[in-house]
Amino acid sequence: MGSGQKLTPVARKLPAKDVVIVGLGWTGSIIANELTDEGLDVVAIERGPWRDTATDYPPSFAADELRYRIRHELFLRPEQTTFTFRNRMDQSALPIRTWGAFMPPNGVGGGGVHWNGETWRFLPTDFTLRTHLTQRYGAHFLPPDMTIQDWGVTFEELEPHYDRFEYLCGTSGTAGNLQGHIQEGGNPFEGPRSRPYPNPAQQQPFGHTLFAKAARELGYKPFPQPSGNMSRAYMNPLGVRMGPCTYCGFCEWFGCGNYSKASPQTTVLPVLLRKPNFQARDNSEVIRINTDRSGKRATGVTFVDTSGNEWEQPAELVILSAYTIFNVQLLLLSGIGKPYDPVANTGVIGRNFTHQTISDVTSFFDPAKFIFNPFIASGSIGMCIDEFNGDNFDHGPHHFVGGGYMGHVQTNGRPIETTPVPPGTPKWGAKWKQAVRESYQSAIKPGTGVHGSMYSYRDVYLDLDPTYRDRFDRPLVRITMDFHDNEIKQNAFLTDKFAAIFQAMGARQLIKEYRKKPYDITAYQTTHLCGGAVMGTDPKTSALNRYLQSWDVPNLFVMGASAFPQNAGYNPTGTVAALAYWSVAQIRSQYLKSPGPLINA
Amino acid sequence: MREQARKLPVSCAAWVTLAALCASVPARAGGPQDFARIERGRYLTIAADCAACHTDPVSNSAFAGGRSIETPFGMVAAPNITPDRQTGIGTWSDSDFDRALRQGVRPDGKRLYPAMPYLYFTRMSREDVLSIRAYLNTVASVHHAVRANLLPFPFNIRGLMRVWDAWYFTPGEYKPDHAKSPSWNRGAYLVEGPGHCAACHSPKNFLGADRADQRFHGYSLQGWFAPNITADRQRGLGNWSDTDILEYLKKGHNRLAAASGPMAEEVENSSSKMTDADLAAIATYLKDQPGETADTQRIAETDRYMKVGAAIYSDRCAACHKLDGTGVAYLIPNLAESSSVNSRQPLTALRVILRGTRTVATRSEPTGPAMPSFGWQLNDAEVAAVATYIRNSWGHAASRVTAEDVSKARKSLAARRD
Repeated sequence: MGSGQKLTPVARKLPAKDVVIVGLGWTGSIIANELTDEGLDVVAIERGPWRDTATDYPPSFAADELRYRIRHELFLRPEQTTFTFRNRMDQSALPIRTWGAFMPPNGVGGGGVHWNGETWRFLPTDFTLRTHLTQRYGAHFLPPDMTIQDWGVTFEELEPHYDRFEYLCGTSGTAGNLQGHIQEGGNPFEGPRSRPYPNPAQQQPFGHTLFAKAARELGYKPFPQPSGNMSRAYMNPLGVRMGPCTYCGFCEWFGCGNYSKASPQTTVLPVLLRKPNFQARDNSEVIRINTDRSGKRATGVTFVDTSGNEWEQPAELVILSAYTIFNVQLLLLSGIGKPYDPVANTGVIGRNFTHQTISDVTSFFDPAKFIFNPFIASGSIGMCIDEFNGDNFDHGPHHFVGGGYMGHVQTNGRPIETTPVPPGTPKWGAKWKQAVRESYQSAIKPGTGVHGSMYSYRDVYLDLDPTYRDRFDRPLVRITMDFHDNEIKQNAFLTDKFAAIFQAMGARQLIKEYRKKPYDITAYQTTHLCGGAVMGTDPKTSALNRYLQSWDVPNLFVMGASAFPQNAGYNPTGTVAALAYWSVAQIRSQYLKSPGPLINA
Repeated sequence: MREQARKLPVSCAAWVTLAALCASVPARAGGPQDFARIERGRYLTIAADCAACHTDPVSNSAFAGGRSIETPFGMVAAPNITPDRQTGIGTWSDSDFDRALRQGVRPDGKRLYPAMPYLYFTRMSREDVLSIRAYLNTVASVHHAVRANLLPFPFNIRGLMRVWDAWYFTPGEYKPDHAKSPSWNRGAYLVEGPGHCAACHSPKNFLGADRADQRFHGYSLQGWFAPNITADRQRGLGNWSDTDILEYLKKGHNRLAAASGPMAEEVENSSSKMTDADLAAIATYLKDQPGETADTQRIAETDRYMKVGAAIYSDRCAACHKLDGTGVAYLIPNLAESSSVNSRQPLTALRVILRGTRTVATRSEPTGPAMPSFGWQLNDAEVAAVATYIRNSWGHAASRVTAEDVSKARKSLAARRD
């Protein structure tokens, strides 16, 4: 070995396990609980620290906006690892040094610790998107570079698994479609659900009630957002208990201090941690999935602890359940699956990467007539309409596809972030303070407003950056992403419809904050990155089969939104968890009996 | 291989013959290897919570001893009670074992310290004690020498225990009270005998002996106040139904309260593994115990401490415990019905406010919610105010907590590692 070359440390080998899980968030916890029930010996390896309600985000300091919202306490530090970004293939990507458009989670519980709790099911037609849109509008209606595809799984197949997740979480909501019967007060567009939500919807504050009234008068069917924040005390089917939400308004970006928000910590982990056949390793970063010489079989993973020691964890079954981009990165770095090449239009790993198309409307009302008390909030308290989501309306005249739900979802009235002032107000000083004082109680800036879909395109993808590397000398993942005209048109249409409801509510001034090109990596949208290792029916266009099993390495399953072929107009967690339950049900019933490909392609 | 296969039937036959010979001499019922006796002993070992002291949670080596037990007079390490002949009790005769448990005397004639609850085990029958012995004979031998006596002078002089026993130790088996129900008597036997509830829950005199006039009225030890467990409505379990008591002991949680601290250990190791019938019997007996007679004047809402305490309570506590103190059943304890809050000494409430605590997680109630620490956020006067407030709200009356009380509690807790 020549001088200047790095010595590769020899990984010490740990005793083999039946299953190794990479990332202990929602899907890692769910899979671990199911597979330990099967009697398997399971270890979960988590890059971030342990997180516990009373120790790490107790009510005595959980509501610290500076600490959590501004300084990102619960999130990955870009110093540990980051991504590079560019809008177009002809640009050079640069590393992200401060999180903006999305917030990579870190630590036990993952994004389940800091989410808002918005717990949706996707529409039945979302799962058969290309087939459906082609049948309804003809193939020519879709932009030629749009690469949307069917999921390979149907809503009907996922329904029992959505149901399991909602009952695990104690989701609070009003059913809109019970076994085909449309229910008053719920979302009439949702797919048929087998039974009602486990808890009634959360109570709605004044502003939300007025929004719903205005929406109803405009002919829409408003309904309460399905919420992972408890409308009442709840015990889930595993025997774990949660308390009623206090409407404190510190959900997204924060951990819940009083056991009121569904998270792995408040639903699964208490049961999982009691099991003698489960082990968790925190502060340990998996750097590689190991395969045998054939490349067709995973032999386990290699991880690095905080001392820099490398360890090999052999296992019979590998579950990749990290955040979207990290799933894709590990596949690329481990040489599993063919990397996507947008020029040749071949390969699958990194393909069909998507995010969301979010916009908002800030509306100002007469302070003498309206006092909204915006601090009465929870992460998913609000009234929504679904008339403009998915293919719930005729897209023919509008020349775009996709859509989203829209709602007055008042996630918070926090003092640093939520200080809407009318345009023209100075950015600081006495006049700004006066405007904040006048507007705080009478302005509405929804935490979630227009929640539009983002469909997939040939030139929006992930690959390995040619220049920038992480502390282990591995290439960073490079994001190439821009909005396409279809999404921009969609957003303009939805934002105008949304604004019209506030107009009808009696707003005296409206600020429409349309989503514009180019895609801005510095401004927060949502953390809903999707795709890059998508599921499907054809190994040429998907990394995973319909059970989230790698086409190339059958003892590897990849959880998470990285499996979404394109993103729908909803928050993804409900679907991410339903897919995990769907996948693990197949692992339990078929794979363990006869390990091997579940689909022969 | 083939050779062995041919030999096998011969040796098999030999064993069958031997087994038949043995079977022809019937095993004496109740003998040391009788299944029923070992099983009874296993259950009583759980009811007596032998593992709490004799299994060191760090080594987790069952019954091998070594855990230091904190007494008001110093530390006593629990000995090895595995069948190891050198370091355990393998050489003890059944009578030796019985004499240790029920008389507090070791085989060498020296006296045990009452950290070993022979004061209570004396109420057990010889049969039950020998069942425990039979069970302990079956556990794995562990070679582990323990130096038990870690007490300072003069308490380290074992001979003094002869005098102590003469003053305070009343040996003798439990005598059933035929005026009471079988369940009451079973409860009495469990509480007074193997369960040794009074060891923590009965006030002691200056030499550490139970005060006969205040049985089960609560006692402070190991940085906690083990609350009143009598039928006292103000400070005890008077407002608990039999089911509440049963659930608490079985699950560690009920609609009103949650077990934490030493009681969490008790639930985990002992009562959660006992039968519902026995736990119901314990409830029957405890609910028949007389409460405290002392009448405390309620501190008025207009009191300055009460006003400040109310403000802190609504700001810091009410999100979980609710404005009316009722909490959330099985998750967040009800402060309005809490014997720990309203107890004679506020030690537990102060400890929980200052340091927080984790409640027990059990098979039937796996959540194990925890109370966060407020000691870093509230000063002594503020803790005193909020403690005074919760002790005098929702129909309750208890003594005022002062900033000095909090300061003392803070100092003593700072020295504790548990």
